[in-house]
Amino acid sequence: MTDRLTATTAPYTIGVPPFRPGEEADFGGAFKEQPGDLWRPDPATCTADDSAPHARGLLRVLNDAGEAKGEWDPKLDASELIQGLEYMMRLRIFDDRMIKMQRTGKLSFYMRSFGEEAVAIAQTMALENQDWVFPSYRQPGAQFVRGRDMVSMICHCIGNTEDNVRGRQMPVHYTYKEGRFISISSPVGTQFSQAVGVAMASAYQKKDEVCISWLGDGTSAQGDYHYALNFASTFKPPVILNVVNNQWAISTHANLATGGRTFAERGLAYDIPSFRVDGNDFLALYSITKWARDRASAGMGPTHIEVYTYRAGAHSSSDDPSAYRPNDEAACWPGGDPIQRLKDHLVLIGEWDEEKHEALAQKIDDEVMAAYKEACEFGDLASGPYPPASTIFTEVYETVPWHIQEQREELGK
Amino acid sequence: MPDMNMIKSLNSALSISLKDDPNVVIFGEDVGYFGGVFRVTEGLQKEYGPHRVFDSPLAEGGIAAIAMGMGLNGLRPVAEIQFADYIFPAYDQIVNEIAKLRHRSGGEFSSPVTFRTPAGGGIKGGHHHSQSPEAQFTHTPGLKVVYCSTPYNAKGLLLASIECNDPVIFFEPKRCYRGPFYGDPHNVPTWNGHPDADVPEDHYIVPLEQARVVREGSGCTVIAYGTMVHVAEQAIKDSGIDCELIDLQTLVPWDRDTVVNSVKKTGRCVIVHEAPKTSGFGAEMSASVQERCFYHLEAPIQRVTGWDTPFPHTTEWDYLPSPQRIAEAIKKTQEE
Repeated sequence: MTDRLTATTAPYTIGVPPFRPGEEADFGGAFKEQPGDLWRPDPATCTADDSAPHARGLLRVLNDAGEAKGEWDPKLDASELIQGLEYMMRLRIFDDRMIKMQRTGKLSFYMRSFGEEAVAIAQTMALENQDWVFPSYRQPGAQFVRGRDMVSMICHCIGNTEDNVRGRQMPVHYTYKEGRFISISSPVGTQFSQAVGVAMASAYQKKDEVCISWLGDGTSAQGDYHYALNFASTFKPPVILNVVNNQWAISTHANLATGGRTFAERGLAYDIPSFRVDGNDFLALYSITKWARDRASAGMGPTHIEVYTYRAGAHSSSDDPSAYRPNDEAACWPGGDPIQRLKDHLVLIGEWDEEKHEALAQKIDDEVMAAYKEACEFGDLASGPYPPASTIFTEVYETVPWHIQEQREELGK
Repeated sequence: MPDMNMIKSLNSALSISLKDDPNVVIFGEDVGYFGGVFRVTEGLQKEYGPHRVFDSPLAEGGIAAIAMGMGLNGLRPVAEIQFADYIFPAYDQIVNEIAKLRHRSGGEFSSPVTFRTPAGGGIKGGHHHSQSPEAQFTHTPGLKVVYCSTPYNAKGLLLASIECNDPVIFFEPKRCYRGPFYGDPHNVPTWNGHPDADVPEDHYIVPLEQARVVREGSGCTVIAYGTMVHVAEQAIKDSGIDCELIDLQTLVPWDRDTVVNSVKKTGRCVIVHEAPKTSGFGAEMSASVQERCFYHLEAPIQRVTGWDTPFPHTTEWDYLPSPQRIAEAIKKTQEE
């Protein structure tokens, strides 16, 4: 589809989203861009100029029939594809369970990755375990790839005594050091420029590590996005910088976030190879990320990626998208649903069927419920117990200074 | 030992850090080849290489962010913010990110960054080269805030800051880089011959959290930091009153015992800083002294500060606390 950058123009330009409630959402059917449209440059030599068509086009591997096509096909084993499918299904089922629990008051707040499950999962699977993950709040799926236990994730979300961040952060603001998954921060975009520093430190210490970070189309207006691209362009550390263009920043459509062309093209001006990729295409995401890692590992520095997708759900449990966009917009999205697409592909190549899918979904659902029940044994937000109040005062500094110790004693806990 | 001015002593601290710890890296605007607009990093790039001492793009927000990233991935970054007035683009990264990282991650991550930044007035710098924004950082849990005043404590405090595993905002009183300042712009000495310019070449630490008693006395406790330590010293001489002068050195956490014991002894207290009065660090000191020393106080606590206005250019001597204003405040504490 072509973005319709429709706008009111006087006295100055105000962007307009494609559709508003009451209008019929129609993105013009399937993507016109097809797998095979874009060649795969050598990651060890590719220049930003070489990537210009990739920044303007749309990198795809899975076509609308579910076939993997073109030289970007990562040719993964069926077992790896099934693993990716399993992670994505797990994330969706996990999210659904958490949002239900949020409605009953067991969590204060929740954010689903609905429709964007492929992003962090495919991209993290394309990396090595020593690589750093600097997520925004719709990339918790990376933790599954890194082996985090669901009980631990739920304990954080319900702020109980086993919350590894001791009830200090809102739900979904995960920290998982073992998986090199940095603490998610609410001031959006800050992680993007930090990731460049992490990558510089990896390079300085001559470690084979890359750092991957994501932010949204809305957040790409923040200074931190531009700091990240400029510092990455200047110092060329091993970093993969992704703009997840899911069309919506809460209620603000991407047409109101920038007057520019594709988000990917911004990277060209920074002389960083830049790609626009179908964010609901597991194989394309995996492939471009593997390419970017190979490039970083070869000492060629950063890659900039626009992940073109659609936020199928609400921004958060506090949001109601029916107030600002048609309810059927997600169903019209030309990229479809990432889980369905990978499932269709697996079925097409004879590695999967409906029966296996149903059985897996049931197994995951059982595991999520079991994890939820286990987590609740340590307390939940509605009824406690919570981490002890003394955790307010600890880990502010390496050791507790006198003034904070005095205040703790004043609280008497 | 040869005399060092504050620029040389800070340079010596940075050089020792680079030599002793391969994970120390230094960056900021103009700090590399040129050695910094105040020359504090002069020669370091040549000695330790361009990967350890380098110029960054002109973006304080980016400088702070990459410092945080480097710090949590094994390095010990020392970033320069060229003037404290320019630290605000980095404020979000410092206040929401670096300061909170250890706490919000349940202790899983931390980043031992030191931000050096020249602060304060007296150099005809006008509003945007003269401010002293320490209170905007002392109000942020998770940061340590240090303010040096002499070549000796500058070096020892900077080494302690770099070696500290918590993030530190390190303010350097730019008026005192080349000499102490006693409040008379027409009589500006260098550090030559000053006892605090007698700086060891080797590594030493001035511990964070410890104040320095510059001068013992019994008539009044005068609390200051940065350039105002020297101005207060002059004011004490002018007042003819036997004051105890305390240089806080570290503002967070401040040295409770030294301050409280002194005020209990003298029964009087004057607090001096060049930042504006309202919500300045003097307000914190005044409240804390009152809470802890109320029954020992013989007179109301006095604050002598910059005015609650933007910092002026040509009239800066009427803005900055002068020896006269401080001496008057000291005398006021002696009234029955």
